[in-house]
Amino acid sequence: MPRTITIPPDAQLEPLLRGYRSAVAAKQRRLLLGIAILTFCVIVAGAGAEVDADKFFSGIGNFGDYFDRLLLLDSGERVWTDPAEWFWGIHRWTRLLGETLLIAYVGNLTGTLGAFIGCFLCSRNLVRSAPLRMVVRRILEFCRTVPDIVFALIFVASFGLGAIAGVLAIAVHTTGALGKLFSEVVESIDMKPVEGIASTGGSWFAQVRFGVLPQVLSNFASYALLRFEINVRGATVLGVVGAGGIGQDLITAIRQFHTSDVSAILLLIIGCVMVIDAVSERLRHRLISQERRT
Amino acid sequence: MSDAPADLRAAFLARGAEMEAAYPQMFRADWRTRAGTIGLIGGALLVYVLGLYDLEFSPSVIFHGMWRLADIVGLMLPPSPGTWDRFLLYLDALGQTLSIALLGTLAAALLSVPFGFLAARNVVANGILHVLIRRSLDTIRSIDTLIWALIWINVVGLGPFAGALAIASSDFAAYAKLMSEAIEAADRRPVEGVAASGGGRLTAIRFGIVPQVLPILASQVLYYFESNTRSATIIGVVGAGGIGLHLSEAIRVLEWQETSFLILMVLVTVAIIDALSGRLRGAIIGRR
Repeated sequence: MPRTITIPPDAQLEPLLRGYRSAVAAKQRRLLLGIAILTFCVIVAGAGAEVDADKFFSGIGNFGDYFDRLLLLDSGERVWTDPAEWFWGIHRWTRLLGETLLIAYVGNLTGTLGAFIGCFLCSRNLVRSAPLRMVVRRILEFCRTVPDIVFALIFVASFGLGAIAGVLAIAVHTTGALGKLFSEVVESIDMKPVEGIASTGGSWFAQVRFGVLPQVLSNFASYALLRFEINVRGATVLGVVGAGGIGQDLITAIRQFHTSDVSAILLLIIGCVMVIDAVSERLRHRLISQERRT
Repeated sequence: MSDAPADLRAAFLARGAEMEAAYPQMFRADWRTRAGTIGLIGGALLVYVLGLYDLEFSPSVIFHGMWRLADIVGLMLPPSPGTWDRFLLYLDALGQTLSIALLGTLAAALLSVPFGFLAARNVVANGILHVLIRRSLDTIRSIDTLIWALIWINVVGLGPFAGALAIASSDFAAYAKLMSEAIEAADRRPVEGVAASGGGRLTAIRFGIVPQVLPILASQVLYYFESNTRSATIIGVVGAGGIGLHLSEAIRVLEWQETSFLILMVLVTVAIIDALSGRLRGAIIGRR
């Protein structure tokens, strides 16, 4: 590209430059102040989190080593030289992975149903009673803010070790997370169909069924699928606290330094998550394009 | 007025057959769509029921569990830290959790900048490199924070530092993806403007792309800081520092009052951070 720009003389540039400087000065001061506050926070946080550069840099070598060891069999051979030995537990792991997916699915669907019921009760345009909305909103907020692992810990204590605690933990957390998204969708709908049904004497249920549902269902489905992707990821670690799925075997392998098992299980998890993500992304795009057509 | 809808309804019902004859397409059921919907819902429910069966759900287990859960909730009230010293200990752990979240989020944001640019199609035009970087980011993203924490514990030992690294590694891929999408969606005209007035490639990125991408990234960083405060509470469960350690310990030794107190602390902290960062986000997006 030929450059044919003539640069004006300094005398002419001077006022322009001054104008630019004064225009950005206030912005820069604010930026500097922000950076100063942030730096202060980082220093305090660094002390709080016991950041240790020495440990990190001596550890970073371990990190490479660790990944190197992940790809070594007990015999010292590289894992890909003997796939049968590497994936020796494939039957057990695929079964556990299936259980993980099932936990995510059942928990997700239960949570979606909970959110489905909750979202209509806390939407400003459908429910007049402010106290009812308030109560439902607070419940959903609680379900959303407490992490699913914490729910899993409590449910393991009450329902015993196993998948049931995991399913319930995911269901409760999903109810909270989806309930908020769903109610946002419901609050942004076009109220004309609802009013139409109300004006012909339809009950509240008829208004929701024929006025609201057709507008929100594809959005709901797409959010539920997105949540399913998140829940599959979440379900892989539920086993860490004894709530079923493949996490139990993974944490045992990590703790006991069965490094080739760790890499095999991680590979299975990554593959599974990627397949689920790809399928659900495709489904979501179809849902969105369907919505655009109608 | 109040009778009008009822009248309309009665009038319509009286002329039902006539209406049906006049507008057949309104009353004809579309069996193909309906069968599809029913099949889809039926299939989903079938998997659901089989799943419940396979995961050994049974009414008696649920009943006994609920009973026990109600018991536990009763024991949780009122929330209390036990002793004053314990409370200070928990506050310290909470500070640690926030530090982990802040450092992890910031480190992830810094790390993601170069990768975000590399993964953007309009910065790196090479197709193979683009796919390769995107796939590796997807791989990193599909590993949960808790697993990262377990791996980092093996590297730097138990403690909050491992937690901060875990959050940084699982988030940086998510940011890089978001960032590359923001860069791809960025307006080309400012870049062309800088190039037209003689700016180099770096100047074009600095004055053409960065001002467009920065607010998006900053608001995402704040959003992730909120969500990471929640994640940081759980990585303590595996020993990576913060309040999660005390939480899982309290549950393990069945100290339910302390458990509920700790959960309450987390809820209050998250609410405060939500409010603060919501305000900051508004300021950042609104200012530009």
